[in-house]
Amino acid sequence: MRRITIDPITRLEGHGKIEIFLDDAGEVANTYFQVPELRGFEKFSEGRPAEELPQITQRICGVCPEAHHMASTKALDNLFHIDPPSPAKKLRELLYSAFYVTDHTTHFYILGGPDFVMGPDAPVAERNILGVIAKVGLELGGAVIKTRMQNHHIIHVLGGRAVHPVFGLPGGVSKGLNEEEIKEVQQIARDSVEFGKLSLKVFDDIVLKNKEYVDMIVSDAYTHRTYYMGLVDENNQVNFYDGKVRVVDPDGKEFAKYAPKEYLDHVAEHVEPWSYAKFPFLKNVGWKGFVDGKDSGVFRVAPLARLNAADGMATPLAQEAYEKMYSTLGGKPVHHTLAMHWARLIELLYAAERLLELSQDPEITSTNIRTIPTAVPDEGIGIVEAPRGTLTHHYVTDERGVIKKANLIVATVNNAAAVNMSINKAAKALIKPGKEITEGLLNRIEMAWRPYDLCLACATHNLPGHPLLPIEVYDSKGKLIKRFS
Amino acid sequence: MAKLKVALYWAASCGGCEIAQLQIGDKLLKLAEAADIVFWPVAIDVKYKDVEAMPDKSIDACLFNGAIRNSEQEHMAKMLREKSKIMIAYGSCAYEGCIPGLANLFNRQMIFDRAYIETESTDNKDKILPQTSCQVPEGELTLPEFYDTVKTLRQTVDVDYVVPGCPPEEKTTWLALEALIEGKLPPKGTVISHSAKSVCDECPRKRDVKKIKKIYRNYEIIPEPEICLLEQGLLCAGIATRGGCGAPCPQANMPCTGCYGPVEGVIDQGAHFLSALASVIDSNDPEEIKRIVDDIPDPAGSFYRYSLPDSLLRGARIK
Repeated sequence: MRRITIDPITRLEGHGKIEIFLDDAGEVANTYFQVPELRGFEKFSEGRPAEELPQITQRICGVCPEAHHMASTKALDNLFHIDPPSPAKKLRELLYSAFYVTDHTTHFYILGGPDFVMGPDAPVAERNILGVIAKVGLELGGAVIKTRMQNHHIIHVLGGRAVHPVFGLPGGVSKGLNEEEIKEVQQIARDSVEFGKLSLKVFDDIVLKNKEYVDMIVSDAYTHRTYYMGLVDENNQVNFYDGKVRVVDPDGKEFAKYAPKEYLDHVAEHVEPWSYAKFPFLKNVGWKGFVDGKDSGVFRVAPLARLNAADGMATPLAQEAYEKMYSTLGGKPVHHTLAMHWARLIELLYAAERLLELSQDPEITSTNIRTIPTAVPDEGIGIVEAPRGTLTHHYVTDERGVIKKANLIVATVNNAAAVNMSINKAAKALIKPGKEITEGLLNRIEMAWRPYDLCLACATHNLPGHPLLPIEVYDSKGKLIKRFS
Repeated sequence: MAKLKVALYWAASCGGCEIAQLQIGDKLLKLAEAADIVFWPVAIDVKYKDVEAMPDKSIDACLFNGAIRNSEQEHMAKMLREKSKIMIAYGSCAYEGCIPGLANLFNRQMIFDRAYIETESTDNKDKILPQTSCQVPEGELTLPEFYDTVKTLRQTVDVDYVVPGCPPEEKTTWLALEALIEGKLPPKGTVISHSAKSVCDECPRKRDVKKIKKIYRNYEIIPEPEICLLEQGLLCAGIATRGGCGAPCPQANMPCTGCYGPVEGVIDQGAHFLSALASVIDSNDPEEIKRIVDDIPDPAGSFYRYSLPDSLLRGARIK
């Protein structure tokens, strides 16, 4: 048996590794997506005062700390039985929208985009953000950098720090925005809406007008019929900050819709001895292994899943883009993993439009941003949509508000089973006996996990270089037969 | 002048240090002019094997972030130490263990039991735990060994400099990089920051020598905007924390939690914080002092939020 080891795939909340086994005939026998790291937040949160958890748990990820900070802060509202004043909720969502703009921008332009803009078989040295800028022009490259920096500025001003913000409290936020600051936010929001529109146009020009790419997106190698999960508002439209979790089946029919406090009735996690990450699945379907279809509890999260699980977008331009995607790809749900890149850009536009709406809200500069909780704390659950999927924080405390139990289902982890399956399917479709394993071919396998925006992506988000995987091919005796760099 | 060779690596960390390094913005270009980055797993395609092949001390400086939680991280720390002339512990995890270091209040078994067996959503009747070696039908799969405790970089290899913070603020990062680029590094062992004094020194909030009768949790009061948070009864660690950050947290109306580590000359940040706190408590009656301090529900996690593995205790003794 030969094996192809991809190690490290840099990180998923740490580090990641892919093993591809080939049988003697040269066919793919199996693949494994391993997460070789654990830090144990669920244990060492015990004994901590609950109100410290927004700052403690965000150290799970320094690339998307805002998501943990927000899920945790919402869990505290629930725990302390307190409803924050409306301006506080809007300020939280405003910061969160700015965060989405930066996060989706970096994924598309630095990680996912280069595969399409440059082409999957382009030379490695060009298949990166620098290649993208060279192809689409410095002006757009400058806009990418500016959009990221400006939205990070919003996070800094409102959240207190640019990395690991501190403003979340049960019952509200520690800081508001004044008239001068909000004017600046409005301008950034307007620029971001333009940038969101432009990004969809780039996708249209480069990807959708290229038949070869469209054929690749809809090809079987990158397709899985699974359940989809995402947070929706009262109109069943996508919402990142609040709402109910909706799950649709592989036919697009609503399978479940639940409030955060009901999550344990719907989601469970499977353990394998070869990975430190667990594999979440739908409890009411059951764990049937790494397989897709209606009888398997495997579900997917993140941009495409959110769009599949919802009935539409809550802002006009994003709704228009949403309709276009589904009409182009043959209706809902879309099962093509690569369409996740398109869905991400639709969400980028939505986040920018939402940021603008919130920044123009008459009460956004209100100083009524905190309510002091008075009830005895007991149990709280908070759910938000992190860019990489549904994120659940669940705390149980004693009457002093000291954590007795913490359970976290982290966004990326929801996709762990699906990522494993996507790599497997792409590897089986692309690696064939007698066919040379080229760098381009391996990149097409990498393209099966890249859309998920793993924390590998998460961690490489801001980098000007190319996020490449070192890949080595060994024969059955462990001898290195090929190296790609 | 020959360009410097710099390596950047992460161990048990969150990725926030990488973001912090990128926050230096256009100064990155100055760095690129002065230094070649020879190893940076997130950004450039240089593999472990390539690092192994580098001659000893061929890297001028390694900025290492993250604590040592498993066998792979320890191996990389030792290898990079051999290859590098200067080893810099960048960020709180490498420096003092940081928040993941709170795991030292527990052991591996307790962490595994919680993560893989007890958690409410986990479905694991057979009590399967991740294994360092595991046979699957196609062959063997391996994982690094998860250690019983978190260690700091200094407890693992010889460290030349420390850059504090979770993560280090932009100006702190640049202070270290600029010294490196210009060859003006301070004496070995220096904690590189703009201040050797406490966060209070640069906090704009006013301190009177007011004493406190009660300690509040951060959700219990809305603090006055211009007065010292500690004097309003909030457990602000600024008094026992090295400055250089610019006191951003108190300026966002939240207490400092201590991420820049101890002030110059102090070995144990938590013990210092506790004694500093005692000095602002308005009582001479031991009983009353005890009652006031008892309002702190989590002394270990509050006084040693970032520094437990680097403290004199290093963690809890678990029988």
